[in-house]
Amino acid sequence: MPLITFISDNGSEREVHVASGTTLMHAATDNGVPGILADCGGACSCATCHCYVDEAWVAKTGTADEVEAQMLDFVLEPQPNSRLSCQIVVTDELDGLVVRLPKNQI
Amino acid sequence: MGSEHAVIVGASHAAAQLATSLRQGGWAGKISIVGAEAIPPYHRPPLSKAYLVGEKHSDELLIRPATFYEKSDIDLALGTRVSTLDRANKILRLHDGGSIPYTKLALTTGASVRKLAIPGHTLDGVFYLRDLNDVNRIRGFIGAGKSAVIIGGGYIGLETAASMRKLGMNVTVLEALPRVLQRVTAPEVSAFYSRVHGEQGVNIVTDAAVESLQGEGVVTAVKLADGTSLGADLVVIGVGVLPATELAEMAGLAVDNGIVVDEFARTSDPDIVAAGDCTNHYNPIYARRLRLESVQNATDQAKTAASTLCGKLESYHALPWFWSDQYDLKLQIAGLSQGFDRVVLRGASDSGRSFAAFYFLGDRLLAVDAVNRPKEFMAVRRALAAGQSADPVKLADDTVDIQQAFIQ
Repeated sequence: MPLITFISDNGSEREVHVASGTTLMHAATDNGVPGILADCGGACSCATCHCYVDEAWVAKTGTADEVEAQMLDFVLEPQPNSRLSCQIVVTDELDGLVVRLPKNQI
Repeated sequence: MGSEHAVIVGASHAAAQLATSLRQGGWAGKISIVGAEAIPPYHRPPLSKAYLVGEKHSDELLIRPATFYEKSDIDLALGTRVSTLDRANKILRLHDGGSIPYTKLALTTGASVRKLAIPGHTLDGVFYLRDLNDVNRIRGFIGAGKSAVIIGGGYIGLETAASMRKLGMNVTVLEALPRVLQRVTAPEVSAFYSRVHGEQGVNIVTDAAVESLQGEGVVTAVKLADGTSLGADLVVIGVGVLPATELAEMAGLAVDNGIVVDEFARTSDPDIVAAGDCTNHYNPIYARRLRLESVQNATDQAKTAASTLCGKLESYHALPWFWSDQYDLKLQIAGLSQGFDRVVLRGASDSGRSFAAFYFLGDRLLAVDAVNRPKEFMAVRRALAAGQSADPVKLADDTVDIQQAFIQ
């Protein structure tokens, strides 16, 4: 099972193993990773699962589609590597993925 | 703290958040969630959408997996009905004769469907849509080529219609009022949804007076007051919900269109908080008391309630927001439009499938209904939370960047 590392705004790290096919959002919520709210449960409707994909992994996680990109324009402190974690599906290719979490979601 | 016991009654969105926030907030005592359904708290919005059409398994609906509660030392008392709340002795009495003592109590009892007591409503094939079990039963009656009559042209009714069309069913939506979504949107938005549902093959009948549901044992037709008879393999009734306040009322808590709570989610009993659809609470942004039926309110108010129980008072002041997915339409709503006197459109509502309707009361921006306009939704959500209004002329001009439209 791929290993994902979530690094919170205060620097604390959480490593979780998740099954391929799980969204990155579920990887966080299923394991109680603080900092991912995921209020809409993965419908790409609320932008409360914002994260920053580590630069080394951006090519492998792909890019946001138009809906996601428009939402990302308005999250707090957007960066070029901002993504909504509900839109990233964990695959074996993403084993070792590192994502950082923003200080606040909303 | 070790002997303290926080008991949460009701096991849906608010309960899942409240329990999680209690632990994260440092509650060291025991935490129990008591729920009538046999499944841990799950996401309800997909019930009328991905779950109905079979794209999601019930495991995928869970807000948190069962293992999360175990690891967090949160006890799930599922399949458990509470019959009475004895506040004097701080104890819950259960349907099965058991009891659960508490030191702090949280009521997250949600809402129950409003029943339509028309002739024939007890026939097989007649359903409401609120719980997983409702949809499991509905799924036994659906299939390509079958006919569904949906009573109620609100969000649940329209989402169900969209899902059933996706399955290749014949769908009629009956709305008692002159337009669908009448209680929650502007006429332009209602007309848009009527048009799109028509384009997708749904037969929408407004001003419909349902006289009876007909059939022998199982429903076969819906009869309207004007004599029309609509063939039906199943009927889904979606005519709103009522706050589930029975327990609170019987226990003598203040109840007035919901369990009355203050800005810290406290009921009239200092040891009892409440959160979610069941509450009547004050919203400082709109300066009035509200009862909201939404995931946002359940989640956010649950955080406030958890803070209160942890001894940290943080007032509830969240901006309400909602969403509804139908076909390729992503509707996102920020704010509350009730009481508006003017609607400004950005993009066309009478053609295509992308526009935003901004609601004003005088000069004040109240809310937005954004259809396939995530940018407008996000921008307005942020602006309203910051207490801003907007220039209607700029909002109406699709060539002007939305961010230029807001006024401090």
